[in-house]
Amino acid sequence: MKISDYLQNSATENVQKALEIAKSKQDFGALLSLTEGRALERARAVDAGEFEGRLKGVPFVVKDNFLAYGGPSTAASKMLESFSAPLQATAIERLEAEGAICIGKANLDAFAHGGSTENSAYGPTKNAFDPQRVAGGSSGGSAVSVALDIVPFALGSDTGGSIRQPASFNGVVGVKPTYGTVSRYGVVAMASSTDTIGCFANNSDDASLVMEIMAGVDVNDMTTLDHSWADTPSFTRKRVGVVKQFMTSDVDEEVRQATIRYAESLESQGYAVDEVDLPMADYSLAMYYIIMPAEVMSNLARYDGVHYGHRADNVTTLAELYGKSRDEGFEAENKRRIMIGSFVLSSGYFDAYYLKAQKARTLLIDEFKKLFENYDVLIGPVAPTPAFRLGENTQDPIKMYLADVMTAPASMAGLPAISVPGGLSNEGLPIGVQLIGNYKTDRALLELASQMEGIA
Amino acid sequence: MRKFSTSDIRHLATLSGLSLTEEEQVSLGSDLEEIIQYVNKLDELDVSGVEPTYQVTDLINVSRSDEVREDMVSREQLLSLSPDEANGQIRVPKVL
Repeated sequence: MKISDYLQNSATENVQKALEIAKSKQDFGALLSLTEGRALERARAVDAGEFEGRLKGVPFVVKDNFLAYGGPSTAASKMLESFSAPLQATAIERLEAEGAICIGKANLDAFAHGGSTENSAYGPTKNAFDPQRVAGGSSGGSAVSVALDIVPFALGSDTGGSIRQPASFNGVVGVKPTYGTVSRYGVVAMASSTDTIGCFANNSDDASLVMEIMAGVDVNDMTTLDHSWADTPSFTRKRVGVVKQFMTSDVDEEVRQATIRYAESLESQGYAVDEVDLPMADYSLAMYYIIMPAEVMSNLARYDGVHYGHRADNVTTLAELYGKSRDEGFEAENKRRIMIGSFVLSSGYFDAYYLKAQKARTLLIDEFKKLFENYDVLIGPVAPTPAFRLGENTQDPIKMYLADVMTAPASMAGLPAISVPGGLSNEGLPIGVQLIGNYKTDRALLELASQMEGIA
Repeated sequence: MRKFSTSDIRHLATLSGLSLTEEEQVSLGSDLEEIIQYVNKLDELDVSGVEPTYQVTDLINVSRSDEVREDMVSREQLLSLSPDEANGQIRVPKVL
């Protein structure tokens, strides 16, 4: 479904329909809660003419690490199981100001730590194409909600691939913008130097509209950039690079074929396509798994059982209160990342790990900058495989982390990157193609993706 | 290969504010060994003379005026989020 399909109907009709589909698709575990009461109330207000805008009466869902009114905001953790947010994310506020209506909160890996949505404290989300397989993650519930046509768009967060990979696994468009494009105010922080807010939609034009509405400076997020979405120029050089490091035999043959098909379609539209070298891509995941846990450790220090969130019973000292509350409130993967973060930042190891990773990051950025002197867009696969089976990688953290190997580079560099549908595997599973652009070329990336829809 | 002894893991748990079970200590020890071995891949790189990148925007010291705004979350709302509130304060077990 497209956003325009909803604009003709009454908001109440749209919201009721979305809630109905959401309930009928409960078995997928895409949504953690429905904000039914508030959604219907807002729908009535929209229908009464109290709100006008480009998304008038259009229902959407947000990943449950967004703080929203009308229900709990859990980040799919036990830590925040009963947390009722006293404020709402800027991204949601901006969409609501255009008449959109949030109908529920989507499942994720707890605190957005994971690549399959299996780390949710409330059970996994199942793939929209095969319920035996994972949704991808960490924004799995948002991707599946769009793929199942519960809503025409959904919000997610992408720190190392958490929008692009589930978009790829469920055959929808997923956008990770240039770092700083959308305010993160009111979104549970994970790794602050790469956290971005983006969206899922069924087509690139819808995704671009949603991003345009959310983008821009917010006084509550000092990292937001002052650049206008609508004013960015279109691509004119018509030169595309296929990243060599993304096309090795470590990547599933069918997944590589999808990228090759997309490259051929670009050629048929007059684009010159070359293979390009990005040697630092091979080191991006290692950087990411040093820098991200360091930032996670720091950001998750606030969950201490004192001010809000879960507090353990039967504790006698403050130290015990911290330790037990955190032990009970965090999932295994949260603890793993906190512990890695503590190690790489600890005295005696800081230079060898954290500092070295931040220097390697400079080398990666320099390589990207060089390529963008000659190319508009870099392309490659999103993830090494289509959606894997539920439980397949849960016992092997490294194997799970490798799902981010081709999404981590754009995250470490802060570049915009999108996942677009690139066909189905022989088993009928969606395969995405990743398009990476230079800083602040987000709109042009989606414009190109839109032109290619129906051709690729 | 970097090994993590039980006392290493206990030390990291203390730094992390986690009180881990014995079982968790063992599994996290072997997970950390594997993960650190993977990230040691960066040892292949020569980063001498390279400046670190801590953040990717060119923004420096963005500030706003220090004013109380009408739309800010109230003291009452914040206190109501606390698991244990008494007399307008957050109650915790004894510190000393």
